[in-house]
Amino acid sequence: MIRLENISKAYRTRTGRHWVFKDVGFTINRGEKIGILGRNGAGKSTLIRLIGGIEQPTGGRIVGDMSISWPLAFSGAFQHSLTGLDNLKFICRVYNKDPEEAEQAVEEFAELGRYLKEPIKTYSAGMRARLGFGISLAVDFDCFLIDEIVAVGDKRFQEKCYNELFVKRKDRAMIIVSHNDNFVRDRCDRAAVLARSTLTEFDDMDEAFAFYQANATG
Amino acid sequence: MDENGPEVPRTSFAHSFAIQRRVIHALILREVITRFGRHNIGFLWLFVEPMIFTVGVTLIWSALKAVHGSSLTIAAFAVTGYSSVLVWRNMPSRLVDSIEPNLSLMYHRNVKIFDIFASRLLLEGVSVATSFLVLTIIFAAIGWLSLPEDPLKVVGGWLMLAWWGCALGMFVGALSHRSELVDKFWHPMQYLLFPLSGSAFLVDSLPPEFRDWVLLLPMVHGVECVRDGFFGSEFVAHYDLGYMATVNLVFTLLGLVEIRRASRNLVPA
Repeated sequence: MIRLENISKAYRTRTGRHWVFKDVGFTINRGEKIGILGRNGAGKSTLIRLIGGIEQPTGGRIVGDMSISWPLAFSGAFQHSLTGLDNLKFICRVYNKDPEEAEQAVEEFAELGRYLKEPIKTYSAGMRARLGFGISLAVDFDCFLIDEIVAVGDKRFQEKCYNELFVKRKDRAMIIVSHNDNFVRDRCDRAAVLARSTLTEFDDMDEAFAFYQANATG
Repeated sequence: MDENGPEVPRTSFAHSFAIQRRVIHALILREVITRFGRHNIGFLWLFVEPMIFTVGVTLIWSALKAVHGSSLTIAAFAVTGYSSVLVWRNMPSRLVDSIEPNLSLMYHRNVKIFDIFASRLLLEGVSVATSFLVLTIIFAAIGWLSLPEDPLKVVGGWLMLAWWGCALGMFVGALSHRSELVDKFWHPMQYLLFPLSGSAFLVDSLPPEFRDWVLLLPMVHGVECVRDGFFGSEFVAHYDLGYMATVNLVFTLLGLVEIRRASRNLVPA
């Protein structure tokens, strides 16, 4: 379970505080899949980053007993002057994983060949995404944060990702941000909408989308 | 993984401690590979670099016969003095502007600014302590200096200096995230503080009215204590570890507050 209690986030701007959202509360249980809807700038990524512990909330707190991934396929979590393998080993140490097992899994999944032992700065964008995704899967979390997964890689890679995430790991919790309506409808148990500076939860998908549409334009 | 029942609660102290140890260990290894790579002598540079500094200073001071108001051997004076400078200077220097380039580490929720600082401080401490120890042994072996009269005092004084280095480092390191002016001022500050830090003089050789002023600087007490342990029978040492501990404590608290503040305002790209 992960629970957000009265979460608010503000950023300092030159013209004073800008509140992204206030009083956000929600709970996700093991195995649940929740879609987060909201138009550009509504704070979807900010919310994901708060849940992932990347940024700290301005108010409220997040409690829970599940391990939470970083936003999936994100490769910013790497040191680019180090090799893919060095990064993998570092992450294994941080998350207490067996590096050899993880190395095997990443080799299989990311198909980087000998480039695994080259610095990440020599990688193409696609290679970086494959490595990032591979490492997230190798560490294996109770809850995966997924921010616009569809944008990464070619069709074959995407199919591989779907298979790994939604077939092999269908018992995990997932928080999914996507602009792709069908994706959220197909993959999520319920949805929540970020609008009007707060998060509104819906058990019913149609209601969630109706609310989203109503608030997307205004 | 943990399909049988719940995980150990995150709030348990033992669990948090285990995570923190793991993270700091990982950060140290990462730092060593990033800084020294796998070329030539690799991580040995960690110890060799401060040794080169200290040997250089010892040779120059010996050549200039720059002993201030005392007949003791220049080598012992220089090794204790310069090793002390390295402690309080290198630790903060490693932490100034160390948050920004490491922001990507914040994507791992277990990694905190404090861990980044702690790993760098540990590495720097081990680096300068090893350099100090090895040079003392080498110089003693070739007869440039005699081994310390009271090793415990040397270790005590050095640990106080290390504490000062850590406290000052955490403070300026976290503050440098708030304002870039800290980085601009830290460099001239460390140069200006060096001649006043007690490394290049004995407090006893100063005019009494100047002594009190110099003894406001905490590191002076540490150097005097280290030297008291090394060759205390040859000069009158002036230090008050109680005063130094108070200043250290104040800066430790300031540092922790500033780290907390910086953590709340992080925005990794």
